[in-house]
Amino acid sequence: MSAELRVSIRIANGFALDVDFDVPPGVTVLFGPSGAGKSTTLAAIAGLIRPTSGRIVLGDQVWFDAETRTDVPVHRRGVAFLFQSLALFPHMTAASNVAYGMDRALDRDVRRARAVALLERLRVPHLADRRPPTFSGGEAQRVALARALATSPRAILLDEPFSALDRELRVELVADLRAFVRELDVPVLFVTHHRQEARALAERVVILEGGRVQRVGAIDELGPPGGRDMSFDETPLDADRMLKP
Amino acid sequence: MDLAPLALSLQIATIATIVAAMVGIGIAALLANTRFPGRDLVDVVVTAPIVLPPTVLGYYLLVALGRRSFVGHAFEAIFGSSIVFTRTGAVVAATVGALPLVVKSGRAALEGVDVTLVRAARTLGAGPTRAFFTVQLPLAARGVVAALMLAFARSLGDFGITLMVAGDIPGETQTASLAIYDAIQEHRDQAALGMVVTLTAIAIAILYGVNKLTGGRDVR
Repeated sequence: MSAELRVSIRIANGFALDVDFDVPPGVTVLFGPSGAGKSTTLAAIAGLIRPTSGRIVLGDQVWFDAETRTDVPVHRRGVAFLFQSLALFPHMTAASNVAYGMDRALDRDVRRARAVALLERLRVPHLADRRPPTFSGGEAQRVALARALATSPRAILLDEPFSALDRELRVELVADLRAFVRELDVPVLFVTHHRQEARALAERVVILEGGRVQRVGAIDELGPPGGRDMSFDETPLDADRMLKP
Repeated sequence: MDLAPLALSLQIATIATIVAAMVGIGIAALLANTRFPGRDLVDVVVTAPIVLPPTVLGYYLLVALGRRSFVGHAFEAIFGSSIVFTRTGAVVAATVGALPLVVKSGRAALEGVDVTLVRAARTLGAGPTRAFFTVQLPLAARGVVAALMLAFARSLGDFGITLMVAGDIPGETQTASLAIYDAIQEHRDQAALGMVVTLTAIAIAILYGVNKLTGGRDVR
């Protein structure tokens, strides 16, 4: 694998975005205040939003190129996308959720066995036959993570997936995610506005502000641990839950 | 009471509902999920049967499907019978009356599904069709089934469009609504009452079912 994701896009309708950065295999954090364009950038890379101009390339695969009018549809890009709302299918069991994105040439039983194995690895095998409305916050996160990783993705995009969790769970899940990412060796772009989460996961950081890239560099450029940059929305971790609707 | 008109009504309404479901859910999905030029026009045309007089609709259908029209001519050449003044015509009439209900309510139900779930399906490798049939439609199922029940009730009771397009031929196109009209004209009040009560009972049962399906939204 080890293909690099190269993003150079502009979006002009409504929200103005003009970004240019690379995501090598490993974790890159997309860091910035609310409204900086983090989620929009992620959606464009996944193919959920069409940029006005520019290019998105993974290795030698062109996903989007305004000049040649290339626009590979979402479902053929092979990205794993972890949504902030998780977006688990409420009418399917956890196992069916996880198996949804697997290669459909595989036998049904094989897909289920793999789904259960993934759920086991994320320490929630007991949820296999249960449906999402009964899951706790942490359980839902684990199932969503399992579902995203079950597709053997070529790139992983995470849109603040752990923002609703308390500190302990967040640390656990970040550790789980790190283990997976090492194995997969694909570009991972992780949106967050939490410094600690960024430091725990990433080697690189892309700092976004006002729809533009401010800085790209090693994670240390974020400043010392616990350091504060008042322009960033860094509410205390535990207060998050209460602030989120 | 002569049961033939009722049986015919049920038969025609069933076929019309199936046709309206296939066409209507397709149009509802298109209107709910895609943007294309003329989208508003499609919406207006499909909804028009709610507000147009049945005679006007009947007139259009006669022009479009009559023996001298292209469609009517082709149909007769293939199947050996015309569309108008046959059971096929009655099915077409009932379908046209039911279609707006399927499209309007079906579209609302489909648009009520969280778009992030559909997007999640897409990122998991599902094309638009698979995402629709495995995620959006199942999650909109209650609303869609309610829409189809309304469509069935509407086709069961159609009078005007059927009369215009299919006529009032006993044993062939005389549905219960038409038979009630004839019975009243001929002072066969008992016969009319039997069918009136039956149609009313079916309609009330369906509306009760629709309320059960769409009321009491599940709280998650």
